[in-house]
Amino acid sequence: MTQSIGTPVNRVEDDRLLTGQGKYMDDIGTPPNTAQAAILRSTYPHADIISIDTSEAEKVTGVKAVITGEQIKQYMKPFSVGVSAPVKYYPVAVDKVRYVGEPVAVVLAKNRYIAEDALDKIKVKYEALKPIVDIEQSLESDAPLLHENVGSNIANHRTFDYGEVNQAFEQADHVIKHKYHFPKYSAIPVETYGILASYENSEDCYTIHANFHGPFVIQAVMAQALGIPGNKLRIVVPKDIGGSYGIKAGAFPYMVLLAITSRIAGCSVKWIEDRQEHLSASSSGTDRVTYIEAAVKKSGKVTGLRMKMIDNVGAYIRAPEPACLYRTHANSTGAYDIPNLHIEAIATMTNKLPTGLIRGYGGQELYFPLERLMQRVAKELVMDPADVIRENIIKKHQFPYKTASGGIYDSGDYEKGFELAIETGKYTEFRRKQQEARKKGKIFGVGLANIVEPSGSNMGYITVALTPEERASSLPKSGCAEAATVSMDPTGSVNVRISTTPSGQGHETVAAQIIADVLGIPMDKVNVVAELDTSTSAWSIASGSYSSRFASLGSSAVFYAAHKVKSKLFKIAAHQLQVEASDLELKAGSIFVKDNPEQKYSLKRAVGTAHWNPLALPEGMEPGIYETYYYTAKNTEPPDEQDLINSSVTYGFVSDLVTVEIDPETANVEIIDYVTIHDAGKLLNPKIVDGQIFGGLAHGLGGALYEELAYDSKGQFLTGSFMDYLCPTAPEMPKVTIKHMETPSPITPLGAKGLGEGNTMSAPVAVANAVSDALSPYNIEIDTLPLSPNYIWRLLAKSDIYQKHKEVNA
Amino acid sequence: MAMQEIEVTINGTRYEEMVEPRMLLSDFLREVCGLTGTHVGCEHGVCGACTVVLDDAAVRSCLIFAVQADDRSILTVEGLAQNGELTTLQKNFKENHGLQCGFCTSGILMAATDFIEKKPEADSQEIKEMLSGHLCRCTGYDGIVKAVEKTIEENKNSVKELNT
Repeated sequence: MTQSIGTPVNRVEDDRLLTGQGKYMDDIGTPPNTAQAAILRSTYPHADIISIDTSEAEKVTGVKAVITGEQIKQYMKPFSVGVSAPVKYYPVAVDKVRYVGEPVAVVLAKNRYIAEDALDKIKVKYEALKPIVDIEQSLESDAPLLHENVGSNIANHRTFDYGEVNQAFEQADHVIKHKYHFPKYSAIPVETYGILASYENSEDCYTIHANFHGPFVIQAVMAQALGIPGNKLRIVVPKDIGGSYGIKAGAFPYMVLLAITSRIAGCSVKWIEDRQEHLSASSSGTDRVTYIEAAVKKSGKVTGLRMKMIDNVGAYIRAPEPACLYRTHANSTGAYDIPNLHIEAIATMTNKLPTGLIRGYGGQELYFPLERLMQRVAKELVMDPADVIRENIIKKHQFPYKTASGGIYDSGDYEKGFELAIETGKYTEFRRKQQEARKKGKIFGVGLANIVEPSGSNMGYITVALTPEERASSLPKSGCAEAATVSMDPTGSVNVRISTTPSGQGHETVAAQIIADVLGIPMDKVNVVAELDTSTSAWSIASGSYSSRFASLGSSAVFYAAHKVKSKLFKIAAHQLQVEASDLELKAGSIFVKDNPEQKYSLKRAVGTAHWNPLALPEGMEPGIYETYYYTAKNTEPPDEQDLINSSVTYGFVSDLVTVEIDPETANVEIIDYVTIHDAGKLLNPKIVDGQIFGGLAHGLGGALYEELAYDSKGQFLTGSFMDYLCPTAPEMPKVTIKHMETPSPITPLGAKGLGEGNTMSAPVAVANAVSDALSPYNIEIDTLPLSPNYIWRLLAKSDIYQKHKEVNA
Repeated sequence: MAMQEIEVTINGTRYEEMVEPRMLLSDFLREVCGLTGTHVGCEHGVCGACTVVLDDAAVRSCLIFAVQADDRSILTVEGLAQNGELTTLQKNFKENHGLQCGFCTSGILMAATDFIEKKPEADSQEIKEMLSGHLCRCTGYDGIVKAVEKTIEENKNSVKELNT
């Protein structure tokens, strides 16, 4: 049988999804007497709650309960979070509201229509407080305070020094610096949050069905908040999740909120978030201000980097934040060989929606200033940006490459990837055309971005938020454990259970491919169970779907579990055939002796023996075929005393080249061509790979051009519908050329690295570089996003050179 | 609220049900008829996930009340494949990786089914414009556009074969 891994096989998920048989959160049915919940939300960005009168709402026919923060608080402690600032975060406002959309009360009713009717009858008296939304102003000593007991708005603050940073700057020929702002935007899955929670008082146990995809360390956070042992909090994740891209990790506060309402009301409770709730009050990416400066030699070589990164984590810092600051810690210097690095990392709280995981998490925020600065270096040194990249990019012979902050880039050939982008995108030719076009008043630009795509997070990285002294007092955290279970039933068919809670990435397909290859059976004979149940699945704190960890970790767990099964079957066959297991081979459902293929034992018979005739098994062997493997990569040590940390398991590479034209009449940015070169190690299923890349790129282009969760200066939320929050649709997608290189990872057994987030990280800055390049004759620099026509229009209007140029042309 | 009786034919099956006049067609399909293949993504008519074919037009079932469907015919995603055999469009979605999480897919299949019937010669730009009424956050639309293009091409070829 030919190998399935590495081939673009069709997905096993598709038939059910194409025929309306997917089982998403809202499709799984509810127990009798389930109440439907609707949530009353704050219309104020910052206010004291003076009173809540629920009496009229309670009188509405069909309403079962109206529950406020004061009641919820009786059944829980604030959620814990990995920083020392004593922020008290409950899933519903208590005493005070801190962002528009924050839950204030929950109505439980016979159906959602009635529940929403009753919301209108709740009377809340607020006393408005001064709001704060600006990142830098929130740090000032007289800024309005969100959490009085914390004493400031700062939730986390750390500094790091690697190498000889001051020396690098002293010896530099140029110091080039700028401030960049990456805005708040989101991932916007088409399916919103969905939760079904039930409390059983006889067992003091909560069962929560939710489209939550981990990391399952948050299960422990939830259990702790509820004050119960982990085994009293059963979380069941349906096999189908309608997209997430990180955002559904933020469902956890609602899971606890709904669980407690179930306890108070004495019935199961279901809540499907609506779109306005999702936009205003689910979770989002983190907006960041970065002050970045580079020590640069005449040649364009960057010898040192200083970054001050200020993340706005919204009204409450909550798990896994402040991880956005640290997820990319090991790859802070990106694709470049920069040995000296200073980082100041601050997480501040403002009157905006709290943040969390999102596709690219930390990457777009890091690479936006870094790759913009590299282009600025070229501009100030009057060099071609491509030559500055060539000067700095990590060379092939340097792999495995150790970064300043402790990362180990496992494999790659970045120069080759970059040159492939230059060649595919016809860079030199474009430069020539650009000169000609400029003479005709046309505005063309080309942008480059080279990024390192981390995948498979080291669970120790978040502890970098604490000082080495603070870390020393608790258990070190390391690893990136993932589990899979492969079993064979008495009829010889295979079940695989995974704990990677897929939301469209095709984990079922790739798991089936791996099993087919290892056990030599057709893919369609493999049943993959993607539903996760914390009471019955094999899982660990790192389990779930985030940091592109399936290709690096989930697939490895499946691979090794399959090998455990194979090894057991070989031992059974060897015992029956009276040979050594090492003499055996497996092909087409048959186990045979390598040197004597006539001497064989069928796979089915080996499985059958384990179930039907266990007394014929080798001495000491357990009956049945049921093997679980917990995998962790070994290169994920806890941070050391110098704060060195390899924050991810594998590191892929993406090199983008994008060309744009800006319409002088409308200031609209049109992408002419988007070239993206990827090296994600061994590709497990090229069809799925390209799908992931297209999706990640669409999200990246959304961030570059359209998407923003906007607030006015008073903290009022402005983008509560799809008329205001613009997602790219089919006509907005440009022509895209994807090319692959495959430098296998030496870390993972299949040589695969994660992917799917790379272009979400790279596209915002690639486009910003292209637009900056286009506007460079007018001395316009892009230092924030999204690059909407009205934003570009304002820049052009402010540019004296452009205005003169226009007059001359007119 | 007073209930109203409606009769709707969905995928060839007749449903006689009592509904509140304010019940959305999307909720009616999912909660009353149990047809959960139609998904709800925004409830304000932008994302297109809830699209069904009502009589002979693709519509947003979140923008229509169930009572407006009284005495009319609806085709939902559950009615596309016949006897387990996927339609050409569905097959092409599979072949061209036109879906990932699958949540937006039902609506897109319904809109595209209606579109292909009305514009059997549509070009890529027209296909993209039709798709502009749908949000997909997984695929970047590439596989979706290809799946519709392929279906139109295959339909044309089979018409040619019939004619020869």
